[in-house]
Amino acid sequence: MDLALSAEDRAFADEVRAFARANLSPATIAKTRSGRHYDRDDHLAWQRALGKRGWHVYTWPKKYGGPGWSVTQRFLFENVLAEEGAPRILPFGPKMVGPVIYTFGNEEQKRRFLPDIVTSNILWCQGYSEPGSGSDLASLRTRAVRDGDHYVVNGQKTWTSAAHWADWIFCLVRTDTDAKPQEGISFLLIDMKSPGITVKPIIMLDGAHHVNDVFFDNVRVPAVNLIGKEGEGWTYAKFLLANERLGIAEVAASKRGVQGLRDIARAELADDGGKLIDDMGFREKIADLDLQLSALEMSELRALSTMQLGGAPGPEVSILKIRGSEIQQRIAELACEAVGNYAMPYQPELLFRDSNESPIGPAHAVPAAARYLNMRKTSIYGGTNEIQKNVISKMVLGL
Amino acid sequence: MDLSYSDEQKQIKEGVERFVREQYAFDTRRKIAGSEKGWLPENWAKFAELGWLGMSFSEADGGFGGGAIETMIAMEAFGSGLVLEPYLPTVVMGGGLLAAGGSAAQKEALLAPMIAGEKQFAVAYVEKQARFNLADVAVVAKKDGAGYAISGHKGVVYNAASADTIFVTARTSGGQRDEKGITVFAVDAKSAGITRRDYPTQDALRASELTFDNVKVGADSVVGKVDDGHALFEGVIDRSIVALCAEAVGCMDAINKATLEYIKTRKQFGVPIGKFQVLQHRMVDCFTNAQEARSMTLMAALKIDDADATVRKKAASGAKVQIGKSGKFCGQSAVQMHGGMGVTDELSVSHYFKRLTMIETLFGNQQHHLSRYANLSVAA
Ligand SMILES: Cc1cc2nc3c(=O)[nH]c(=O)nc-3n(C[C@H](O)[C@H](O)[C@H](O)COP(=O)(O)OP(=O)(O)OC[C@H]3O[C@@H](n4cnc5c(N)ncnc54)[C@H](O)[C@@H]3O)c2cc1C
Repeated sequence: MDLALSAEDRAFADEVRAFARANLSPATIAKTRSGRHYDRDDHLAWQRALGKRGWHVYTWPKKYGGPGWSVTQRFLFENVLAEEGAPRILPFGPKMVGPVIYTFGNEEQKRRFLPDIVTSNILWCQGYSEPGSGSDLASLRTRAVRDGDHYVVNGQKTWTSAAHWADWIFCLVRTDTDAKPQEGISFLLIDMKSPGITVKPIIMLDGAHHVNDVFFDNVRVPAVNLIGKEGEGWTYAKFLLANERLGIAEVAASKRGVQGLRDIARAELADDGGKLIDDMGFREKIADLDLQLSALEMSELRALSTMQLGGAPGPEVSILKIRGSEIQQRIAELACEAVGNYAMPYQPELLFRDSNESPIGPAHAVPAAARYLNMRKTSIYGGTNEIQKNVISKMVLGL
Repeated sequence: MDLSYSDEQKQIKEGVERFVREQYAFDTRRKIAGSEKGWLPENWAKFAELGWLGMSFSEADGGFGGGAIETMIAMEAFGSGLVLEPYLPTVVMGGGLLAAGGSAAQKEALLAPMIAGEKQFAVAYVEKQARFNLADVAVVAKKDGAGYAISGHKGVVYNAASADTIFVTARTSGGQRDEKGITVFAVDAKSAGITRRDYPTQDALRASELTFDNVKVGADSVVGKVDDGHALFEGVIDRSIVALCAEAVGCMDAINKATLEYIKTRKQFGVPIGKFQVLQHRMVDCFTNAQEARSMTLMAALKIDDADATVRKKAASGAKVQIGKSGKFCGQSAVQMHGGMGVTDELSVSHYFKRLTMIETLFGNQQHHLSRYANLSVAA
């Protein structure tokens, strides 16, 4: 065992850094640094640049077009990109549906769908949740009825992130209403341009638009878009969820977040006129957070290293999701605390639009409150933290 | 000891609660928030007519002889409906400054019309570098003939765009963080030299950045004594803190009620989610937090007029710490227990959460008041 990086590792990190500097647009980096929201083109331009290099699907094996990296390389890649101010890679294609397709899809499906994920040519979204089926996902009711060589889909998905940007959606649908809830579910790939699909925005508490309602009205989907066997969608769905939970710990982004928090504390003044970073109470709050993040990072590396040796991500990845979300929330909470009174002004133009209006307080205060409010989602999406704890108590502890 | 409301207080409570129930449905509030001023003049006229603008002032000052308890009653009801009318800046802060430090002439010229519903106030005290330190005042008021000329920047001034009079803390002597040398001025909002940048706040209120460029005011605009404004101002902020805490208690009760209702009706796994013990316990913690917040607020309201300033300060800071803690817990828990619905703009829960979040910062956050309380406890 060894934590130190080898000369090759360091050379690899340098290569990634050079790539990021050459390919990230200054406008995108500026958005990261100022907390502005990215638009579709910001994501696409960056992901396509990564795609050209074979790095958009950086967790994939070589066989399907990925780089086949070691745990160390993945770790370095994520950290360097976060440090350089890269946007998060939208996970729906490369981290969610891609692995499902190459693990459970047929050869034709692999040929048809994987290359466009490798290059980020098309964007995906995830159609799992429904109004009546959030935590209890297996109760989902969106219906797919076989009609010749098509399925006819009716129903509603909700909370669908990026549906307004996506070209395709992967959906859990009910193909059998008589079977036990988990056994009547199938995994279907649907072209978002299909007639009968309507996307409606859901506005979040900070005014952001990321999630949507997606309505299906007699949408005809070729039966060749079914992954695996009809009625076995739940198995694929769970495989995907385990990957999703591993991916949303967001360790690298949180490290950047803690750094950003220290920068804010350096710029802000305390009640006595000294720098906030010199206020022992606040400094210790950041240190405490930093330590929690170290524990999370090391736990994630341990989980990844098990996977590298051939193990599947087990139910213990739920721990990473829980702690990862709490840490993201805490960073945002402390940033909000740090900016004091200037958390109060609300400047949506500066968060969501390319406005050159000047910030009302310090620039770093503009996203503080919105981020704090918005980050409450992290303990809700990807399976709520209560559900993750249920998983751990049942699957890991046997309670 | 008697912790029950008098008959008059009960009447006030019923009246304000009825107003909130009938005039502040969530959709109506959304419309009011989007209206030109961000609050409704006809509501304000009603407040005046029903005596709510004057009830906490002495009869000598043209009020109805109530005090902190009456303010608490009104603010709690306002909190339960996320009322947008500027009661806090106008009545509690501006009116409070006049009642505590105003001359007879100022009371006649400003307080009486405020009580009648004819004048709106704002209080400009936040400065960028000062964080929550009320004594850190860099805005200067220089002697200018018989009067003063005020220059400098004040931030996050609630209700400035609607105010007729803006109360400003300014330095008339001493160093930037000295308590001595601060003077409170009542400035006509239309005075030459005031520039405003207006904006909405996170919680749908209105505030402004104000720049004072050699704004001339007469000697009669000084509220209280020259150079001795700090104690006056701090006292009024302490009273405003109690009022704000009451608003927070109203918010917490409302958000807890909405959450309780939600977990009783939202079903997952074939049962109402309120059947899951982890949510039951969290709901109990919300309830407990709101109770503690209510207790600390009431205690603060009862101690806020104590002759001993330390007792008053500790009461205000203690309540503010509790409100910060409880408000955060109730707000975050409500969102969590609502699942995805909790983080949408659509439901009222997120709006209560936003207000509770801003309340935690306003007049100094938990950390600030914990330090203040700790220092006062050692000194005493
Ligand atoms: C920003 C955001 C983005 C999202 N993106 C997507 C997406 O792209 N695609 C997609 O399919 N979905 C997405 N989701 C949906 C997300 O997965 C669900 O919100 C989540 O699974 C919770 O479901 P729910 O909102 O219906 O809450 P509910 O399931 O109604 O839960 C409400 C509360 O009850 C608790 N609860 C429920 N069951 C239990 C239990 N058995 N024990 C204890 N507590 C319980 C929950 O923890 C929660 O606190 C997104 C959600 C958000 C907020």
